Amino acid sequence: MKKLIILFYFLISTAVVSTEKNLVDINDVLKNLRCLVCQGQSVADSNSDFSQTIKLVVQDQINEGKTEKQIYKFLKEKYGDWIVYNPSFNMINSILWLFPYLVFLVGGALIFLLLKKRDYR
Amino acid sequence: MKIKLVKYIVVIFFLFVISVFFIGLKKDSIYNTQGLVGQKLTEIRIDHFSEKKIINDEDLKKSKFTLINFWASWCGPCREEHSFLIKLNEEKNLRLIGVNFKDKKNNALKFLNELGNPYDDLAKDELGKHSIGFGIYGIPESILINNNLIIIKKFVGPLNENDLNLIKETINSK
Repeated sequence: MKKLIILFYFLISTAVVSTEKNLVDINDVLKNLRCLVCQGQSVADSNSDFSQTIKLVVQDQINEGKTEKQIYKFLKEKYGDWIVYNPSFNMINSILWLFPYLVFLVGGALIFLLLKKRDYR
Repeated sequence: MKIKLVKYIVVIFFLFVISVFFIGLKKDSIYNTQGLVGQKLTEIRIDHFSEKKIINDEDLKKSKFTLINFWASWCGPCREEHSFLIKLNEEKNLRLIGVNFKDKKNNALKFLNELGNPYDDLAKDELGKHSIGFGIYGIPESILINNNLIIIKKFVGPLNENDLNLIKETINSK
C-alpha cells in the first residue's frame, strides 16, 4: 500500500513538472522582444500599433502550444535578430559573447604577471 | 621583457576597444528589413477581401513576379504611392496583391473608388496578425517576390519614381 501511495505521488509530481515546462509566460516573451518602431522600449512596455499586433501573435502562438524558442525563431525569421534583446550566438556576434571571457583571461594574466614581478623584487 | 609584453597587451586592448567603437558608431542604427531579401515566404494565409477564400502560397506562384502591397484608407502615404501602383498595374510580368491593413471595409472601398483599383487580387488583414508573417512593421510597405516566393526587394514607406523604375527593371530583365 505504501509503495502504491509513493508511486501515486511520484506520478503526480512528474506530471506537474512536465506541464510547468510547457507553460510559456507571455510577459517573459514580450519583455525579450524589441519594439521596432519605438525608442528603447520592449514590446511589453509599448502600446504602439506594432507592439499590439506582436502581442496578439505571441498569444496565438502560445495558444497553439509553441515554445518560447519557437516563438523567437518565428519572429527572428521575419524581423531578423534585432527583434530579440537576447541575441543568438553566431559568427558575427561571437565577439560580443566571448569578449567578457577574453577580458577576464587577459586581465587575470596581467595581474598574475604583475604579482610575479613584485615577488621577484 | 615582461613589461614590454604588458605594454603590448595594453596597447592592443585599447586599439581593439577604439576599433569596436569606431565600427559600432558608424553602423546605421535605424532598423531596416533588408536582411530579409533572399528569404523565402512560407505558410502564407491571408483572407480575401470580398470572397470567402484564403490567398495562400499557391496563389502567389501564379505570376512570374508578385508585388504585395500593404495599405489602408487611413494611411496618408498610401495615397501618395497609389498613382505608382496604378502605373505598375500595366506591367504584364507583375501581379499586384493589395493587403488592406487594419481597415474598415467601407472606407477601403471608398478609397479604391476614389483613386482607382490597381490590384489584381485584394486581401484583408483586419487585426494585422497575418502581416507579421511578411515582416511588416508599418504601412505602406511592399514586397516584391518571384514565383519561388523568394523576396527580391522590400520597400518600406511609400513607393516613389525610383522604386517604380527599379521594379520595372527587375521584372523585365529576369
